[in-house]
Amino acid sequence: MNEEYCEVEEKNPMEEFLRMDRIPHIWCPGCGLGTVVTSFVEAVRKSDLDLDKLAVVSGIGCTGRIAGYVKFDSFHSTHGRALPFATGLKLANPDLKVVVISGDGDIHGIGGNHFIHAARRNMDMLVICVNNFNYAMTGGQVAATTPKLANLSTAPYGNFEYSFSLPYLADACGATYVARWTALHLRRVTRSIQEALQKRGFSYIEVITPCVTLYARRNRLGDGLSLLKYYYDNAEIQHGADTRTLDIGYQGKIIIGKFIDREKPTFLDCMNEHLAKVLGDKYQRYGEPHD
Amino acid sequence: MIYFGTLKPKKGKIHINKNRCKGCGFCVEYCPKDVLELSEEFNVKGYHPPRVVKEDDCIYCQLCEAICPEFSIFVTLKKEEEEGEKGESRP
Amino acid sequence: MKKVKADPKGVLTGAHYLDGDFAIAEGGLAAGCRFFAGYPITPSTETAERFVERIPFVGGVFIQMEDEIASITALIGAVWGGQKAMTVTSGPGFSLMMENIGLAAMMETPLVIANVQRGGPSTGLPTLVGQGDMMQVRWGSHGDIKIIALAPDSPQECFDLTIEAFNLSEMYRVPTFIMTDECVGHMHEKVVIPPADKIEIVERKWYEGPKDKYLPYKPDKDLVPFMVKAGDGYRFHTTGLTHDERGYPAINAEAQDWCVRHLNDKITKNADKIIRFEEDQTHNAEIVVISYGITSRVAVKAVQMARKAGIKVGTLRLITCWPFPEKRIKELAGKIKAFVVPELNYGQMALEVERASAGKAPAVRVSHMGGWVHDPEDILKVIKEAAK
Repeated sequence: MNEEYCEVEEKNPMEEFLRMDRIPHIWCPGCGLGTVVTSFVEAVRKSDLDLDKLAVVSGIGCTGRIAGYVKFDSFHSTHGRALPFATGLKLANPDLKVVVISGDGDIHGIGGNHFIHAARRNMDMLVICVNNFNYAMTGGQVAATTPKLANLSTAPYGNFEYSFSLPYLADACGATYVARWTALHLRRVTRSIQEALQKRGFSYIEVITPCVTLYARRNRLGDGLSLLKYYYDNAEIQHGADTRTLDIGYQGKIIIGKFIDREKPTFLDCMNEHLAKVLGDKYQRYGEPHD
Repeated sequence: MIYFGTLKPKKGKIHINKNRCKGCGFCVEYCPKDVLELSEEFNVKGYHPPRVVKEDDCIYCQLCEAICPEFSIFVTLKKEEEEGEKGESRP
Repeated sequence: MKKVKADPKGVLTGAHYLDGDFAIAEGGLAAGCRFFAGYPITPSTETAERFVERIPFVGGVFIQMEDEIASITALIGAVWGGQKAMTVTSGPGFSLMMENIGLAAMMETPLVIANVQRGGPSTGLPTLVGQGDMMQVRWGSHGDIKIIALAPDSPQECFDLTIEAFNLSEMYRVPTFIMTDECVGHMHEKVVIPPADKIEIVERKWYEGPKDKYLPYKPDKDLVPFMVKAGDGYRFHTTGLTHDERGYPAINAEAQDWCVRHLNDKITKNADKIIRFEEDQTHNAEIVVISYGITSRVAVKAVQMARKAGIKVGTLRLITCWPFPEKRIKELAGKIKAFVVPELNYGQMALEVERASAGKAPAVRVSHMGGWVHDPEDILKVIKEAAK
């Protein structure tokens, strides 16, 4: 670490989960990503997971940089392809707990196809989608989640396209755990991540975060703090709400909560069960402890 | 039977890594006891880091620790013996 | 380099009557491949079909992904999860995979991709032969990377070279390609699969030192870094961004220089150990016919006819297309009249021959655009012309 950065006499307890040789991170002042990382690390710390078996995969973008800052086996793959990467990783070593942390543009834009299939197959992984309503890293372009009327560099006169309702999409594709929070709902995000880490199947948590330099600035929404506050103040918790009612209009009400929490056999469960039934004793069950 | 008399509120000692702070103001805004405020000084990057103004009011809720995007503020539990002392406050 | 015997569970010892596609699947299983993520595309689908039928009895996973991009990315994930992984595709799917082939090369991930070439470009001739992806395999992904590509000419070679491809990819931590074609892929011939203890498999270059001293991209003496897998407690990070020895992104010119040189030099400097070709009667030849894949078998007939006509023709069959055997071509160029390069494309490896011969001997093309194989008469005509 640079000499300029002063050492405090006690270490921040988070530091053992971060790659301190890469801190300070590249995110803007007031960006919600650091907060999301803190909530994630808190959840991981509180869970009784074997941290050596935790693998974090991310795509490209501001959120994609998270993989580089957390001290777990982490992979920074190509744009939109974090989900198939995580699929391969999990299938190759079913003992791993795989978490995909990536942005809304990465997972639902370019990665849209991979998302629907990973959810359809009920791959056993946790996907944390940090939604800042734009493609921030490349300078603030319109994304599939940008609400109508928002102003971004590729929609300079206002966005006129419809946007995704991400929990609706996740539910429709078959995810077994779907929740949405804002970055300021710190402890709820942590608790949600803890719950999802214990679950088997495809879990999806959307976290709405402020994007200071792009979304907020282009739309004159203030600084990180005002946007963070705005999202929190306009959020209404409705656990179990019908996922069809969760659209977000431009600076509109945001319905948050845990919407779906169900049990369903995962891809490997289905594979093992089916092939064992059809092929009998000759079948080599995969991913289960051998005698 | 009432136990309230023996319960004591927790007290926290705040540690701030001034030079890593990017002056976002989240901790100052959301501290439930208004223990922090943005200082006048500049850190190496030119931001105003927070400073502790009401040290004895910290109740160790750890919200500042949970919310800080820069991992540069955290709270440790002040042990009972330390309560009487004036802790090192950072101006 | 640690060599072990093949796992008998995956080896279908015996003499079989298989087509090239099936032989590739059998080669993969014999080499220890236990993960296959693919997408159906003619004429390669049979490999996936064979693999999925066999894998439940061998112990592993087959997953049909939603597209080729997902397939190759899943392979990379599976390799980092500790398995050996392969896929198979053809022209259009190969184009889709290009970005992540770059990712595999950048992350130094060993994996095997078979391209059963068909007539191109674009949708082209889905059910008919071509050899039009030879340059693409080398240059298709953006940036400067080096890969290894092998070209089998028969189902037996499909089996043997798939095992070799796995070994090479593990030795050099590089994506390795099997550039076969629809004819070889759909041709049924005798394939002899030896017993498992006669098959040599190269194990992954696993790191065995202290955890806190591990540097994911520090090259060893042979220029190849040691590898680990997720879940073993190394807490490593790897990225497609230009990185340093720690695997952390390093966005500056020095790191770029180090990175690009490292990725390329580990193949260039080891090229002599990788390159393989088959020569016949080149020591006193006037003309040398350079070919690969199905074309080499047609060329055999043409060369026979030419020799009967009194022309001193030698043959050089490329087994390793990339890295290209420039040294040998340069040597031969000084001694012969001309190279004749029949290909099922408009001249791709011929360009390499031309480059390597540095003007000393022309590389005369016999281009057939694909859809069918050459007529030996056409190759003979060109040999005769070149011999004048």
